Amino acid sequence: MTTTSYRLGSVEFKNRVLVASGTFGYGDEVADLVDLSQIGGIITKSLSLKPRDGNPPRRIIETASGMLNSIGLANIGVHRFIEEKLPFLRTVGTAVIANIAASSVDEYCSVLALLEEQKGVDGYEINVSCPNVREGGLNFGTSCPAVAEITRRLRPLTSKPLIVKLTPNVTHIAEFARAVESEGGDAVSVINTLIGMAVDINSRRPFLSTVTGGLSGPAIKPVALAKVYEVVKAVKIPVIGIGGIRTAQDALEFLVTGAAMVQVGTQNFVQPDCAVKIAAGIAEWCNERGVKDVGDIVGSLKADASVSILDSWL
Amino acid sequence: MNVFSCRVVRSRPVADSIFVLRFRSPEIAATIRAGQFLNIRVGEGSEPLLRRPFSVYRVEGEELEIVFSVIGRGTTELAKKREGDLMDVLGPLGVPFVVSDRSYDTALLVAGGLGIAPLPILTRDLLKERKSIRTFVGARSKKHLVTDYLQDVHVATDDGSMGFHGTVVDMLRDNLARAQFARPKIFACGPTAMLRSLAEVARARNIACEVSLEGSMACGFGICQGCPVELTEGPTRYALMCKDGPTFDIRRIKI
Repeated sequence: MTTTSYRLGSVEFKNRVLVASGTFGYGDEVADLVDLSQIGGIITKSLSLKPRDGNPPRRIIETASGMLNSIGLANIGVHRFIEEKLPFLRTVGTAVIANIAASSVDEYCSVLALLEEQKGVDGYEINVSCPNVREGGLNFGTSCPAVAEITRRLRPLTSKPLIVKLTPNVTHIAEFARAVESEGGDAVSVINTLIGMAVDINSRRPFLSTVTGGLSGPAIKPVALAKVYEVVKAVKIPVIGIGGIRTAQDALEFLVTGAAMVQVGTQNFVQPDCAVKIAAGIAEWCNERGVKDVGDIVGSLKADASVSILDSWL
Repeated sequence: MNVFSCRVVRSRPVADSIFVLRFRSPEIAATIRAGQFLNIRVGEGSEPLLRRPFSVYRVEGEELEIVFSVIGRGTTELAKKREGDLMDVLGPLGVPFVVSDRSYDTALLVAGGLGIAPLPILTRDLLKERKSIRTFVGARSKKHLVTDYLQDVHVATDDGSMGFHGTVVDMLRDNLARAQFARPKIFACGPTAMLRSLAEVARARNIACEVSLEGSMACGFGICQGCPVELTEGPTRYALMCKDGPTFDIRRIKI
């Protein structure tokens, strides 16, 4: 049997398939539908210091093989998470990664420090795609110095894995990954959603209340793969691939490209147990080919292009 | 709530590009209550990607029906379903209508367009509670009307091709002015514009009113946070249509 587990610092993941932040709630909502213990890890909905209402409707619109969202980081806040959600998450038997969102560097630090006092949080993923209040709402994630500063300030606060989730809405994503690496971050998640827009021609209005939103789903997979490819070449820390994964084949494409782990996002809305199925599919694919450890295929991409015509377009 | 693979029994047209799809699900049929809904995966692939939410129209034994109008990518796929096809159904979802409530005797059912979808089951549940029922249905025209399995139906059409010439809310207002209903409560489903004008009628006459909202959503059970409904007062600014609704006391929400 192929070994599926993966160690990142202090955390042993059962397999390399995690559920992405904002696509799985806090786990409890999905417990009736999925055996949570079979998932590699659960990344929570973004947590901020205080509860956030989120954006007014309309928040989502389906687009070609994807969806736009403008949720606005609606969440119950870190205090209620600790009281109401963490006790359940401690019992699920899989790694729990708390995703943190904030509007100032101090807020990131406060949330992480509060979680650090709790049992049951195995690591952190930092959502830097948030408006920075001090910089007039400019997104942290599109400023390399800001991403570096956040990583630098958070690093001393924990010995658990510190993962930074990068936005693709920048010119050179690799520079951001290098900044995270040089400030001591343990891994990067690549990619967050792409900025997108949809228009209702009947009313001549944007569909989303915020006009633009984040594009996710199968539509973004080729972009995500290209960004993973770019980042993998630039840094030595592990890259967690995310963007449009809905099948084991999709996930394997990311692993071959060099992602050490993957996250499944939008597909959870359609198929709440997809992470379990994908993890099983990866193991089966490796098993059939005599691969001893899923890690053996990570970064196994060859330099020259495939000449196979037996691909899915036929 | 669970995901079920359901066998399609049949699909039949009931009005102009309106279909009733019948499928088998003993589990959902046994537990579904009026106002709850299903989130249906119309195809296996990524186009369309998301599930589509539908009220349950009818329950018969171990079989369920939904009613839908072919208006977009999801319903186009759904209209292709044939006997024997398997369909992935998530449900039952959402909070049902408050039917067993001693505060009223007469249920005034008000629907616009395919807002009739939850009414047959609602009628079933109301009859069990021994409530008297009056039903008001509005549609664009006669050929868009679906009034099967309802009780004491009053029809309004926008073009006057059948029944009252005007909106269903105008017809209701008219009826309320002329007739006395013993301790009424309104149950309504339809487009937001209709519910908005209905809210005024209910408020002016101080009649309890519960509505089932229609809207876009992704997951259907609260994890995507994509379907906020603004509340008139706390504890939070928004509720979720899928999890806290789709039925709401109309005084609780801003529409």
